[in-house]
Amino acid sequence: MNLAQLTIPQIQQGLKDKQFSAVELATEAAQFAAAENPKTNAYITLSPDRALATARLVDEKIARGEDAGALAGVPVAVKDVIVTKGVRTTCGSKILANYIPPYDATAVERLEQAGGLVVGKANCDEFAMGSSNENSAFGPVRNPVALDRVPGGSSGGSAAVVAQGTAVVSLGSDTGGSIRQPASFCGVVGVTPTYGRVSRYGLSAYASSLDHIGPFGRTVEDAAALLGVIAGRDEWDSTSAAAPVEDYVAACRQDVRGMKIGLPKEYFAGLAAETGDIIAAAVETLKSLGVEVVDVSLPATDYAVACYYIIATAEASSNLARYDGVRYTHRSDSSRTLAEMYRNSRGEGFGAECKRRIMLGTYVLSHGYYDAYYLKAQKVRALIAQDFARAFEQVDAIVTPVSPFPAWKLGEKVDDPVAMYLSDIYTITCDLAGIPGMSVPCGATPEGLPVGMQILTKHFDESGMFRLAGAFERARA
Amino acid sequence: MASSTIELAAPDVIAKYEVVIGLEVHVQLATNTKIFCSCPTSFGAPPNTNVCPVCLGLPGALPVMNRRAVELGSQAAISLHCNVNPFSRMARKNYFYPDLPKGYQISQFDQPLAEHGFLDITVTPEGEPAYKKRVGITRLHLEDDAGKSLHDGSFKDMDRYTYIDLNRSGTPLAEIVSEPDMRSSDEAVAYLTELKQVMQYINASTCDMEKGHLRADANVSVRLKGAEKLGTRAEVKNLNSFRFLKAAIEFEVARQVAIVEAGGKIHQETRLYDTESGETVGMRSKEQAHDYRYFPEPDLVPVRVSEKWREQLRAELPELPFDRRARFINDYGLREYDAQVLTATRDMSDYYEQAAKASEDPKGTANFVMGDLMGALKGEGKEISESPVPPEHMGELATLIKRGEISGKLAKEIFVKMFAEGTRPSVIMERDGLKQISDTGAIEKIIDEVLAANPKQVEQYKSGKTAVAGFLVGQVMKLSKGQANPGTVNEMLAKKLA
Repeated sequence: MNLAQLTIPQIQQGLKDKQFSAVELATEAAQFAAAENPKTNAYITLSPDRALATARLVDEKIARGEDAGALAGVPVAVKDVIVTKGVRTTCGSKILANYIPPYDATAVERLEQAGGLVVGKANCDEFAMGSSNENSAFGPVRNPVALDRVPGGSSGGSAAVVAQGTAVVSLGSDTGGSIRQPASFCGVVGVTPTYGRVSRYGLSAYASSLDHIGPFGRTVEDAAALLGVIAGRDEWDSTSAAAPVEDYVAACRQDVRGMKIGLPKEYFAGLAAETGDIIAAAVETLKSLGVEVVDVSLPATDYAVACYYIIATAEASSNLARYDGVRYTHRSDSSRTLAEMYRNSRGEGFGAECKRRIMLGTYVLSHGYYDAYYLKAQKVRALIAQDFARAFEQVDAIVTPVSPFPAWKLGEKVDDPVAMYLSDIYTITCDLAGIPGMSVPCGATPEGLPVGMQILTKHFDESGMFRLAGAFERARA
Repeated sequence: MASSTIELAAPDVIAKYEVVIGLEVHVQLATNTKIFCSCPTSFGAPPNTNVCPVCLGLPGALPVMNRRAVELGSQAAISLHCNVNPFSRMARKNYFYPDLPKGYQISQFDQPLAEHGFLDITVTPEGEPAYKKRVGITRLHLEDDAGKSLHDGSFKDMDRYTYIDLNRSGTPLAEIVSEPDMRSSDEAVAYLTELKQVMQYINASTCDMEKGHLRADANVSVRLKGAEKLGTRAEVKNLNSFRFLKAAIEFEVARQVAIVEAGGKIHQETRLYDTESGETVGMRSKEQAHDYRYFPEPDLVPVRVSEKWREQLRAELPELPFDRRARFINDYGLREYDAQVLTATRDMSDYYEQAAKASEDPKGTANFVMGDLMGALKGEGKEISESPVPPEHMGELATLIKRGEISGKLAKEIFVKMFAEGTRPSVIMERDGLKQISDTGAIEKIIDEVLAANPKQVEQYKSGKTAVAGFLVGQVMKLSKGQANPGTVNEMLAKKLA
């Protein structure tokens, strides 16, 4: 077995043909991850015992002739902002360095019920705040494709483990592009489902109205299979949707002839030339499959980054208040008063980017500033959603680059947060509008750095997205 | 009272001022489970046992609205004549406190569950006539309660540590905000009394004040009588009994008047009522006030109460105490005070209503319920709901007197047996031969016997000492074992001796 190249259908076939057992998969994954992880630092915590326990159940089911689930025996990594019962969950932060949750996130519960093996917790930017995975208290992740480069962020670890092959698929989270951008940088598939499609229960909140859990895979179908398992209404998350979950794997195999896609002109300005060329070639491929291409406009795009950094930081300032040194978090031992305990514990526990966003968010929600910032940002958010709604009256999907440029070198942008924020420019609108989006590998720069194509569809039309992505992947295979 | 440096105005000076009071009352809603999770709301469990990831505010946990909390909140609002908004929203109120595990309270801000209501109250100031008044209700909104910080010394190291119990965290509350319509501590007490009654009647809350199910904050200001402009207010927190509410307002009024009289300015601030000293103590000024940074709670969908749901909830509501009192006065001829006593709780008024309906003398029934029954229950430390006497029996007892079958004195004797045995009064009357004798033949026979046995007293009577008649009546009653109708005895004896 070559774990780094296995796909879900191959694992299913292999289990069926008794080429290997789930326990063997779990053991191999644990050894491989332990051996490979020092190269990339993509895992914060490995959970071989947990993977093995699930693997035994899978093997027992197979032995009894039962259906062992859509993810039977599949090694899955889980971003460390998603809680796992009994397995340390740090959120990439010193403040939760020793936190062991007493419960499982819904998505984790569902993927294990489907036979998935949780092999470890993937590194990420602290509380999912970042675009390079350099904001982790557990050290940066290196891009497996080019080890001197960032894997993207904030789900850098989740993208890297799949690219590296230490997991077959993984869960990430996306608030402003944190799944699609690292997927693009690492050359894997990353999916941000519709807001409400996947339960957020157990996802430690960064910006609740923007947070999504979504899958990574080496193939479009693998990502689709994982999404199919974790999607659907969850009574523990009031914002999860009851919309029926379609067969996304089947959608990947559908023909795309006659589909109509739009290219928003606002997403092709300020693009690195080589990225632009690669996207243009990808669009040509889609055309060759019988897809009609038209120009569309999303005029509110210019305001998206500002809008995002107001709403996201406002919510973050509140969501991160619970990490206060009182209960399960790091507590400073050098405090004499309650106020000092708060200040010191949070001061010591949070990294610079978290503090920056907490301060920004606190400011925009302050008395006298709420209307000028938060309320106005909500109005802009509505305009961005309207832009998309109008465009989707015309087209089935929108195709754009994921990032203006490919993976940059480690350390290159750490001192310029605004430049880092601006790198999210093409991914942020999807989160603000709540629509689904994905990154599909579509080529590489002359240096060999992967470039991803972003496909966006209307609310709850993940199937349309997978249809285009699946056809594209086959055409390029 | 501890010695204090706070200057207080004298009553004659206070009398020049008008007091303006608004109350913010927190009512714990009587749900079985917490507002955003399924942990029980039961009181008295060991610390930190009625908890889960949601009410502990663990990373990743999300709130889910308890439908029953919305129902009870809506019913409370309807009972206070509020408009229940078809669309309202939860909002986060952000502040740090050790017993607030999420770092924010989930409350409602600019879109509350209900608004624009009123509560009619009856004010009974000591030594003055009672009067009625309407107090405006600004809004009612839902929120979750925080946990409790314990400093009570129950652990050895409490001098160095604060202990936190999060059992209460996530308990559903309705906050009911009044208009600044009250003008005295008596009105504030009457308002809180009526509010408590209404909440209990509709089973929205047990309003158990000892368990903190009903807590009030008072906004108090003063202005010279006749002045238009409202004075600067101080908010007094931590008023968890009627006594403290009254005392705190009165203290606060005297404090504020003294400051104004001395040419000073009242500062807008939050003050805490110290139950030990009976004083209000400054907690934080307006400048130090929290900026709660309210914003819509993104983890919860808006609260929608459809017209159909609202009307269904309205239809489930019982008659409210204010209406029931008016009806008791009207239908049963009760006095205002009696009507108040008999509607003090829903159980009491339901009991009386059943008794009155089974009675030919509702007013007499009221007297027996308020007098003999409540006395006996109190003696045994029982509630009306635990009464061994069914209401129909109380009605029957009054009926028997009204029909002349028993005297008031016999009734009291019968009641003692009713209370002890739970037996019908008519059954006890027959069984124990306690029926009143109104049969003139039988009474005449006894009178003749008494007269024959007491020739000396008869002689005295006839010589003009008519006071001796009382003795003779007593003898007749004694011989009849108290069963002779005293009226008939008096009448017949007078005739015989004439």
